Amino acid sequence: MNPQLKWKFILILIVIVFCIFGLVCLPEFPTSLAAVKQNLTDRIRLGLDLKGGSHLVLQVQVDEAIGQRCDQAIDELTRQLHQKTIPFGEIRRVDNSHILVRSVDSSSTANFRDLISNQFPDWTMSPAAGEANGFLLTMKPSVVADLRKNTMDQALETITRRINALGLTEPTIAFTGRGENEILVQLPGEGDPTRAKSVIQAGGQLELKALADEQTYPSEIAALGAHGGVLPPGTEIVPGREESAQGTSPQQVFYILERAPVVTGQDLRSATTSPSTNNPGRYQVDFKLSTSAATRFGPFTESHVGRRMAIVLDHHVYTAPVINSRIEDSGMIEGTFTQESAQDLALVLRAGALPASIKYLEERTVGPSLGADSIREGVRASIASLIVVMIFLVIYYRLSGVNAVVALMLNLVILVAFMAYAGAVLTLPGIAGVILTIGMGVDSNVLVFERIREELRNGKAAASAVALGFDRAFLTIIDTHVTTVVSAIFLFLFGTGPVRGFAVTLVIGLIANVFTSIYVSRAIFDYHLSRMGRQAVLSI
Amino acid sequence: MELFKNVNVDWMGKAKYFVTLSLVLLAAGWISIFRSHGLRYGIDFRGGTLVYVRFSGPPPLDKIRDGLRQAGFANSSIQGISDITNQSSQNDVVIGLEQQGTGDESLDAGKQAILDVLHKTFSTADASGKQDFNSITPSALALYLTQKDPLNLGAAAGDKYNQLALKLTAARDRDFGGIVTGFDQLKNVEGATPAVISTISNGFTLGNFTIRNVEIVGPKVGAQLRKQAVLATLYALGGMLLYIAFRFEWVYGAAAVIAVFHDVLITLGFFSLFHFEISLTVIAALLTLVGYSMNDTIVIFDRVRENLRLMRRESFPEIVNRSINQTLSRTILTSGLTFLTVLVLFLMGGEVLRAFSFAMVVGVVVGTYSSFGIAAPIVVVWIKYRGQGAAISAGSAAEKRVAAARR
Repeated sequence: MNPQLKWKFILILIVIVFCIFGLVCLPEFPTSLAAVKQNLTDRIRLGLDLKGGSHLVLQVQVDEAIGQRCDQAIDELTRQLHQKTIPFGEIRRVDNSHILVRSVDSSSTANFRDLISNQFPDWTMSPAAGEANGFLLTMKPSVVADLRKNTMDQALETITRRINALGLTEPTIAFTGRGENEILVQLPGEGDPTRAKSVIQAGGQLELKALADEQTYPSEIAALGAHGGVLPPGTEIVPGREESAQGTSPQQVFYILERAPVVTGQDLRSATTSPSTNNPGRYQVDFKLSTSAATRFGPFTESHVGRRMAIVLDHHVYTAPVINSRIEDSGMIEGTFTQESAQDLALVLRAGALPASIKYLEERTVGPSLGADSIREGVRASIASLIVVMIFLVIYYRLSGVNAVVALMLNLVILVAFMAYAGAVLTLPGIAGVILTIGMGVDSNVLVFERIREELRNGKAAASAVALGFDRAFLTIIDTHVTTVVSAIFLFLFGTGPVRGFAVTLVIGLIANVFTSIYVSRAIFDYHLSRMGRQAVLSI
Repeated sequence: MELFKNVNVDWMGKAKYFVTLSLVLLAAGWISIFRSHGLRYGIDFRGGTLVYVRFSGPPPLDKIRDGLRQAGFANSSIQGISDITNQSSQNDVVIGLEQQGTGDESLDAGKQAILDVLHKTFSTADASGKQDFNSITPSALALYLTQKDPLNLGAAAGDKYNQLALKLTAARDRDFGGIVTGFDQLKNVEGATPAVISTISNGFTLGNFTIRNVEIVGPKVGAQLRKQAVLATLYALGGMLLYIAFRFEWVYGAAAVIAVFHDVLITLGFFSLFHFEISLTVIAALLTLVGYSMNDTIVIFDRVRENLRLMRRESFPEIVNRSINQTLSRTILTSGLTFLTVLVLFLMGGEVLRAFSFAMVVGVVVGTYSSFGIAAPIVVVWIKYRGQGAAISAGSAAEKRVAAARR
């Protein structure tokens, strides 16, 4: 064997050893056949469609966060205008990022301008069309963009914390990169995503607020009516429940609360559950406040002894207990909680509130039995097509066909090993990709072999026929592979989960194919020719 | 063994028959799309709810239909599945709901309604509050076993019941397709002693259906996915046009792209004729066949380029004929083998891959045909229109590039 050919075989051997090592000898060197099998199944990462599990796509309602920022600005502006005694007609939110201030007193216009440019750097001011002394405030696009990004990042973090707290195995939480404001959540092995979904979707915004009015009202109109149709400044109406007497079912009531909370969910140090002391069989959520919040909460409760305080969760009053004595840093939420729902609420409170509400856009659940069937059918189809192709190759090309079969097997080994090393995910369409790789991989061999036959017919000697065959087919093979890779890349860019798996499998398979059908296959031919010498005859 | 030796067919002389055939196929498919069946979009593109249920016996389609109608889902679709390679799938049913029930507020209202109807109509769960073994999760089963402790392990149980629960549910899902019809079926599971099995049979009932798969796609996502599928296809075609224009001449690129576009249109027509649904994986198949059909075209064009150098006297159509004839055995072999593999996939790949492999089966045939029936004639017609000189210069320009690439 000439030295060049020897090096070729050494390289091929290294590739084979590397691939087999990657497949069966990681993470631990196997000592039994069972361990080999275990390593093999561990190393191939299966997609949700094969393993079973849930796939959720949700959309964060980012506009809500922008609207909230706008409301805050309106509150702040109203306060400042009163403080600086700048007379104005009305402040109104036009949409999420625009505020209209009407009829600012003409003598105070300069003061108003100063106020906006000094205190409200996030806003730009322009005269409002059709309004005398009216101004339109617009949130700066850069501020809106930042807010969007922060909201999305925060939502992703919060959801990740919540799902991790649920203790599910290997979840994936990521931006889809597809539509606007979308987050993808994948929960392998989760056959029923109902609980995970409600935990993800829970707002988790806890606020403790003082009651501005000790009374509760059966409707919003009644609440307004009690104050002459106008709410006291700095207060709001919040719906809630109240148990009027022991044993009766809770009724929907409305509270009038101070708008500014005493403490919020961000002040929590911990949240746990325990069996309810007042309602046997029910559960409650106990929480502890951080030290800085306790310094506010202590004096507040001391000054409000004998009055009620509302525990508000996601703009809904859960309970409004009477404060009996000074409370330093602990509290509890009572309601009709079961053990599980209390645990879920505690979890949500610990993980923090979502910056905006979310909506589900897509939900797919694959049961474990379907996944197992798909694997079985996919593997069976792959093996069947492999056998069909191999039988044909050997009949049609005889010994050269055996050469092609070797190349094909190696192609598959490299493909699977590469996927294991890269941590790529095998999906059901990915298995189809493997089968297509078999089909298209054969194409390269056929191209070369047909060319060699042609050269032989033209009277070339075996050695030069082989050389010409490989040389001439080389560019064609590159061209055909590149075009297929181009389409696979676009599949990857535009596709989701399973389809991406298909694109990845196809690309890896095609790259491996260039190596096996050109490099390996040719090395085998060369070895054969070098042993036969000048009188070499090809079995093709 | 050789099947094709010294073939000598005047392909370009028959080009008008090919074009006629293509037009007929296109017309048939697209009349079907616009005048009769239309294209059936799968749930990915249409949006809606799909619940895939397996029953332990022949599925009582009428009862499901009645139950759904009473629940107010009159226009639900209920379809049995028949899969020749998987006997147990004969008892499978796919229940579909259109957009209704996937409102903005709760995406899964439709799914809940379907589950409610199924549980009400078929569940054997009785008043004793026993759970259904066929829908229990491994962790819930482990909890039950730990409480009952059939092996009398006490505190030493450790992880054992978790492992046992995993094995039992795995046997249910893998060996019995998700439905166990008698508790003694579990006796071959490692660690399932008679005590374990009797404990399980005391605590559980055996429901006669199991949910295999749920897909819910909101209306927004459907529209978005449709747009993306079209974009992916167009970008892929554009990318190939650029690559071939760079490697050959732009007319070759244009011809190849027109040919594969023709393949995609004909395959879509077949989808309408045979009532298959267009899903995301079908788009993947379409893009693959675009790449595949392109392969055949490139092989022929490569040969044309080579022959332009060698055969200076022959006319361009003769050169193209010769090139097709020379590559014919490769074309037929490769296509034949790929056709066989996708045919195996179509027959054995299971329900989920059925539409995917149908696209490939049709696409491989049409894609092979279009490379000599459509792509080559386009180039010939163009060269004829521009004069023979264009062909020669195209050949020599390409030749220089090939020579450069070889070095």
